[in-house]
Amino acid sequence: MALVNIKIEGRDYQVESGLTVLEACRKCGYQIPSLCAFNHGKCSRASCRVCLVEVKGARGLCASCEYPVNEGMEISISSAKAVEARRASVELILSNHEKNCLQCPKNGHCELLHVAEMVGARDGKYVGPMTPKTYDEVAPGIIRNSAKCILCGRCIERCKEAQGIAILGFENRGFNVVVSPVQNRSFANVPCMQCGQCVNVCPVGALMEHSEIDKVDEAFRQGKKVIVQTAPAVRAAIAEEFGEKIGTPGTGKMVAALHRLGFFRVFDVNFGADLTIMEEGYELIHRIKNGGVLPQITSCSPGWMNYMEYFYPEVIPNVSTCKSPHMMQGAITKTYFAKAHDIDPKDIFVVSIMPCTAKKYERQRPEMDKDVDAVLTTRELAKMIKRSGINWQKLPEEEFDQDLLGEYSGAGVIFGVTGGVMEAALRTAYFVLTGKEYDKIVFENVRGLEGVREAEIKELGIKVAIASGMKNASKLIQEVKEGKSPYAFIEIMGCPGGCINGGGQPYVQPNLLPNEDDDILDTYRQKRANVLYSEDERQVIRQSHNNKDIQKLYKDFLGEPLSELSEELLHTHYNPNREKYPEGK
Amino acid sequence: MAEQIKTPEQLQERFEHCAHCLEKKFKCEPGHKAIVVCGDTGCLSLNSQSILEEFQKIIKENKMEDKVTVNMVGCLGFCSQGPFVKIFPSETLYTKVTAKDAQEIFDKDILKDEVVERLLFVDPQTKQKVRKQEDYNYYKLQHRGVALVSKADINPEDIDEAIAIGAFQGLNRALHMSRKEVIDEVLKSGLRGRGGGGFPTGRKWSFVPDTDEPKYMICNGDEGDPGAFMDRSIIEANPCAVIEGMMIAGYAIGAQNGYFYVRAEYPLAVARLQRAIKKLEEMGLLGDHILGTDFSFRCHIRLGAGAFVCGEETALINSIEGKRGMPRPRPPFPAVKGLWDHPSVVNNVETLACVPYILREGWEKFASVGTEDTKGTKVFALGGKVNNVGLVEVPLGTTLRQLIYDIGGGIPGGKKFKAIQTGGPSGGCLTEKDLDTPIDFGSLIKAGSMMGSGGAIVMDEDNCMVDVAKFYMTFICDESCGKCSPCRIGTKRCLDILTKICDGKGEPKDLEDLKELAKFIQSNSLCALGQTATNPILSTMKAFPEEYEAHVKDHKCPAHVCKNMMEYYIVPEKCMGCTLCARNCPVACIGLTDKPAKIPGKFVHQIDVSKCVKCGSCMSGCKFGAIIKR
Repeated sequence: MALVNIKIEGRDYQVESGLTVLEACRKCGYQIPSLCAFNHGKCSRASCRVCLVEVKGARGLCASCEYPVNEGMEISISSAKAVEARRASVELILSNHEKNCLQCPKNGHCELLHVAEMVGARDGKYVGPMTPKTYDEVAPGIIRNSAKCILCGRCIERCKEAQGIAILGFENRGFNVVVSPVQNRSFANVPCMQCGQCVNVCPVGALMEHSEIDKVDEAFRQGKKVIVQTAPAVRAAIAEEFGEKIGTPGTGKMVAALHRLGFFRVFDVNFGADLTIMEEGYELIHRIKNGGVLPQITSCSPGWMNYMEYFYPEVIPNVSTCKSPHMMQGAITKTYFAKAHDIDPKDIFVVSIMPCTAKKYERQRPEMDKDVDAVLTTRELAKMIKRSGINWQKLPEEEFDQDLLGEYSGAGVIFGVTGGVMEAALRTAYFVLTGKEYDKIVFENVRGLEGVREAEIKELGIKVAIASGMKNASKLIQEVKEGKSPYAFIEIMGCPGGCINGGGQPYVQPNLLPNEDDDILDTYRQKRANVLYSEDERQVIRQSHNNKDIQKLYKDFLGEPLSELSEELLHTHYNPNREKYPEGK
Repeated sequence: MAEQIKTPEQLQERFEHCAHCLEKKFKCEPGHKAIVVCGDTGCLSLNSQSILEEFQKIIKENKMEDKVTVNMVGCLGFCSQGPFVKIFPSETLYTKVTAKDAQEIFDKDILKDEVVERLLFVDPQTKQKVRKQEDYNYYKLQHRGVALVSKADINPEDIDEAIAIGAFQGLNRALHMSRKEVIDEVLKSGLRGRGGGGFPTGRKWSFVPDTDEPKYMICNGDEGDPGAFMDRSIIEANPCAVIEGMMIAGYAIGAQNGYFYVRAEYPLAVARLQRAIKKLEEMGLLGDHILGTDFSFRCHIRLGAGAFVCGEETALINSIEGKRGMPRPRPPFPAVKGLWDHPSVVNNVETLACVPYILREGWEKFASVGTEDTKGTKVFALGGKVNNVGLVEVPLGTTLRQLIYDIGGGIPGGKKFKAIQTGGPSGGCLTEKDLDTPIDFGSLIKAGSMMGSGGAIVMDEDNCMVDVAKFYMTFICDESCGKCSPCRIGTKRCLDILTKICDGKGEPKDLEDLKELAKFIQSNSLCALGQTATNPILSTMKAFPEEYEAHVKDHKCPAHVCKNMMEYYIVPEKCMGCTLCARNCPVACIGLTDKPAKIPGKFVHQIDVSKCVKCGSCMSGCKFGAIIKR
């Protein structure tokens, strides 16, 4: 990469050409406040006008997030003109922002507040009527509060870039512009996957998960036996909420915290993941052996299930009928576990801790609304821990409860990263089809964070494919729809990178994370994935079929995979006629 | 199937033939006459279509189809006097004609060569009746014929009449030059973009890289300034000129496709453009191998939905692509990465209409008119408090005084001139002291306004400048695309302050805040719309500081426009006690005093200010001038 010479505040620097002024300044140790800019300081909008700097010779002030550096450029961040202009932009944004910060669910992660502090915004500099407010809490997964929105457009870009469906866009004109689904509808009345990728990038409290903490509190108050189960990906990120660097494992402390929060049992959804592999693996083998519909496509990701029902109902025959792991585990908890402990299932309240907002929708689907009673995101769990006065740093490491559903394999852990379900399934399929364990254990060629990957499993004579994010997946699904897919098994995850990057995970906000590397937005997924892969490595049992509790479950209760009882408790069906734009807002 | 024009020779042949026909039509053989009726949107809305039909009916009844022709023509430009009817060969111009007048015109003028005196124009200054267009003071100082059709006498729906006045001669010449030579010709002519920015057109073309990728030529017909209708009239009067201009530009930049972006509120312009494109395709003047060369070009029309911001070129490009009309940050500039990410040039309608003239007549002739700063002519939509309202094409360098008083005929009702607003919502107000400013891009900016696309609104002493600023701010607030925060929120906050001032609740501090905020919006906004959005505020604050101060310090509106700061008052000495005002009052707030009025037995009236809704119907009804605003 060629280098260019620039001056910042009169000092000489050499930076790579092709960078924006914002990026270049960051590399040289200057932090320019910015709001709409996201990855790499690049953005396609340059709309918030918070990152304005003076560039010698340029006409007017330049939006540094968009303006490219060039040879001999002289930049001033601290000139009076630039400082006042940035402050004015922020003060104007604040004048049309609902400023009940103390009650704001984004409190502590608000980039606007951070930027306001950086530019020294004054209270009430500009006042006046605000844009009419829309508060959408109809959708189970996501809440939208337009009065908080600063119209940076990050969510619009993310929805397009990750899912390719562009649910969000600008509506209306002038002062009445809002970012919303078409016609200012609710997320519930448009073909939104509720994946929450938009929530992850929202710099303010305009987009939030639909919190269910109150439901959990109520269950405790009613004296229910509240059983918690945590998804694999949660442990890869929860520590970030307590100031740890990205990539710090949080399993032991998380379990310790859950114990202190008073849960009746603390289980790992990895058990459900192992169970899923048994059912889904046998389903695949059944399809292969009996000439069933292939390729089989995974069904763990509720975001993907939504997308599939909205846009590709034709592939329903290809999609595994398995419920997702936490729904399976919920069903088993309320039957097998309840029976073993002689508890009335009505007195059991199952809480899933998920990296996901779509799971909140999934648990309310009418065909399985009894299995799980509340879904909290990783972020919500952190809020519960914080408000209970628990000091994360001083927590000991504890183990999940060993009580019928306690054991889990390494295969279950890696469910949280793209390619993990595939690898876990292959470990078991190999055993079932060949009668022996795969000696290398790890299927390296299905790992990686690229959006679409394919691999040939020579040992089994099949080709498989993996995709995460619907924009990436759509090509694979289109092939399936057209009957041209060369694969036997396809893993699809709703969010790019899989659950480690789910819509309920801690925010990765470079501006608020001064101790992380400059390129953290490029590396955080890998760092979180590494947490899961190393936990897999530490497990004694690495294959789902070797999980002793799973074996006991089949022996004592279910019989065998795909048995009648399994079908009833662990499998589901899909809606081929889901309406994209139902009436009503 | 129209006759094909596929070679320069065929074009020349056709030109000679058509020119001869047109001359014959205007000169008329003995006993023959030609009638033309103004067919611009303005005149059509005053029902000029029915005038045309009435003439057709009368001619048919009199079985004179072979002797008298009648057809529509483009805009004559003197809109306040329309609809027009012009008779050839005498060239008598009748104004404010209605369908009922057709019979009289036919009986007297057509049959007996008698002038219908009552339909002639009376000059507001000389009070004289004027018969021929060329004798109108309104037209004398104009320089029509560059962007507008010189006398607007051609039928915009007849390609042959366009060819008769030289259409495609410029294209023919351009096609025999290299691309660079064409760009040089336009550069030398000094043509600057007429859409408002004033960027040299030739330079804009020269930025397009010489690569093999597709390139696009775009014509910006999204005219949105309040009161402006230059582009509409140009397209409606002579669509071929704009198409030819686009083809020449397309040739110069290496584009094979051109897009007309015209607002959907201009149905007539769109229809005439569509018709012309279809006809030219049939004739082989659009399509492959134009005039026997390797140059191929096709035109497409895209309708704008009426968003002001789509006049901004990057927002316009987004809109053509089917996206929301929001500006893109620059760089990259459209010449490098524009429509569908390919090099594109966006030129305004009037700019393109000038291009055929330059190529046909040569750059020297174009540049012989104008100032050092800006060459050629400029079309203005002259409106507001001025006697002669309409569309004028003046040589650049004409002063504002000439525009307002000589062409515009001065201020009606003997009122005092206060300001002229140029440049639309992005422009500013100029006052008495600026009246001798010669009109060109540089001088107007220096004086504190801008040329803009050519709106010119004259204001008199009855206009409140704070209210004017508020009007433009309201417009901008509605029309902001909402993308960048200074424009979206800032203009609203400006409007909030202006509303507060106009409501009589202003404080001196508001003026400082307003000025500061207006400057931030200028410096912080993303596109030209935002960067110029507060010009009306800043220029009125600069030119009329005392008027703003009167509003916030004394809570008075000197022009008596802001309703919360004025009241209607009946002057007892003038009141006749006729009761008309009391009867007209919709809220019955006018009562009697016990003071005797001039008419014996009647009493002087009085307005109950607490009930008055300030509708003004009392004042406009009073025959004795007894009611005033104060």
